[in-house]
Amino acid sequence: MTTFIFRRLLSSIPVGVAVVVICFTLIRLAPGSPFSSERALDPATKQMLESKYRLTGSIPTQLFCYLSQIAKGDLGESLKYRGRSVVEIIGQSLPRSILLGSISFLISIGLGIPLGAWSAARNQDRAGSILNGLAILSLSIPTFILAPTSVLFFSFYFHLFPPAGWGEPSQLVLPAVALALPFVGVCARLVRSGLLGTLGSDFIRTGRSKGLSETKLVLLHALRPAILPLISYAGPLAAGILTGSLLIEETFAIPGVGQFFVSGVINRDVFLVSGVVLVYCAFLLFFNLVADWLTALLDPRIRLDS
Amino acid sequence: MKLRILLIAFILIGAAAIVGPWISPYGVSEVSSARLASPGFAHWLGTDLHGRDLLTRLLYGGRISLLVGLVGASVSLLVGVAYGLTAGYLGGCIDNAMMRLVDTLYALPRIVLVIVLISLFDLKLKGFLDVTPLAFLAPHARLLLLFVALGLVEWLTLARIVRSQVLSIKERPFVLSSRLIGQTTPTILIRQILPQVLPIVLTYLTLALPAVILEESFLSFLGLGVQAPLASWGTLLADGASLLNPIHTPWWCIVFPSFALASSLLLLNFIGDQLRQPQK
Repeated sequence: MTTFIFRRLLSSIPVGVAVVVICFTLIRLAPGSPFSSERALDPATKQMLESKYRLTGSIPTQLFCYLSQIAKGDLGESLKYRGRSVVEIIGQSLPRSILLGSISFLISIGLGIPLGAWSAARNQDRAGSILNGLAILSLSIPTFILAPTSVLFFSFYFHLFPPAGWGEPSQLVLPAVALALPFVGVCARLVRSGLLGTLGSDFIRTGRSKGLSETKLVLLHALRPAILPLISYAGPLAAGILTGSLLIEETFAIPGVGQFFVSGVINRDVFLVSGVVLVYCAFLLFFNLVADWLTALLDPRIRLDS
Repeated sequence: MKLRILLIAFILIGAAAIVGPWISPYGVSEVSSARLASPGFAHWLGTDLHGRDLLTRLLYGGRISLLVGLVGASVSLLVGVAYGLTAGYLGGCIDNAMMRLVDTLYALPRIVLVIVLISLFDLKLKGFLDVTPLAFLAPHARLLLLFVALGLVEWLTLARIVRSQVLSIKERPFVLSSRLIGQTTPTILIRQILPQVLPIVLTYLTLALPAVILEESFLSFLGLGVQAPLASWGTLLADGASLLNPIHTPWWCIVFPSFALASSLLLLNFIGDQLRQPQK
């Protein structure tokens, strides 16, 4: 177990470095400069600013400076929000995004598993195909449709929830649900196809012949191996929720990390964007690690150490 | 049977998007004094902030959205299949390196890639097209780039699928025998292995198509995709969403674009679902 975690952490370092290198290079290559605004800067000022942020010289040199800075735990200063460090910006905004994201994560898993299990258990009759249709319906309607339509109906027509803002639990309902619903469908489909596979296997037939009830069979025996594909989807799911929250944060005016990311990309704020991407990447790798560990926990045939 | 109905419905949407803007009495960018008119006889689905007919714009936006989807999905298909075939067949170190690149690209937010690709090459492509016989395409350089950029970020999953298929196919006897009779690697890849992976690839197309349409609308919704004189379902939805306010919201500007986009995505996903199910 410890060797597994250690090895995975070690192997994720090159991935992290590669992601930062690509991100930094792409943004530095893109036309436009973080320092240009409506007024043209005179070359001397521009040069001073560039040398202050160590953005002079060739891109490999800049990259080397930046990487050695990261190695010391410093993500640099934001070029747009002058005087604020990237660590500070992320530290303030990330907890909000994490709260929103984890609620949506729980909703998508919590609704997706029962929906998928139910639709697989009733595969033969009409209820199963209706439930499956429901899952496809929910995965087909993207977040950016759900967000404005839910505000239109639930905030402006029925006055049930506030349309935007941050701070009160009621303000979380619409963004969390709008973010989660597409993934409910995806989770349900994964559980369904996993369960359909296991329901046909021998040990289920044995269980059925010794007289187990269908509910017990599905919930206690079949679901455990059937849920494995869903767990390996945890990484992409977390990524999807993170990118989805870019949009949700825009629509619902939530001061999360996504807003800074979008404005950072537009302003070519290279340190801010690379910092956020690095954090995203760390999340993804962490989720993949947890997913692999859970898979081994649920399926003893998989060995992590080998 | 059911599949046929779904396909016909989708073809109808496509046909409406192609033919609709010609039949419509209104121009796509034709401004009128009837600003934000609610749906009625003159304007079936109402008008937007500048008095443009929403139905005409939706049909026209459908052209762009579906076109982006088709081209983007085809690009992703080409790249993904070529990449997966090469990695899977060559194996060893090359395979390892190629797949690590895919992992890295997975970890990179796509939106960064697309934005950078578009802003890096937008002006260059425009300048390049201006001096060629294709000068009439120059104003649409951004759209062309959007096709390529979306295709280039969507190929990763397909590359993985194809590679894992090739890994098992290349061990089969017929590949060995074609190598023994002296066929070259490209010939084996194209003549022997490609036909074997094609069914999976074509099924994947029904997944990639809605994914690319979705991605385009997402970018356009953020204001980074299709630009002003052109319109897509994403930009129309974004226009509608920007009109959201507590006092008087023109609901038709949000509901109809949402419906157009959601129903097309739904149809495509249902078609894909039907295709992937084993035939009874």
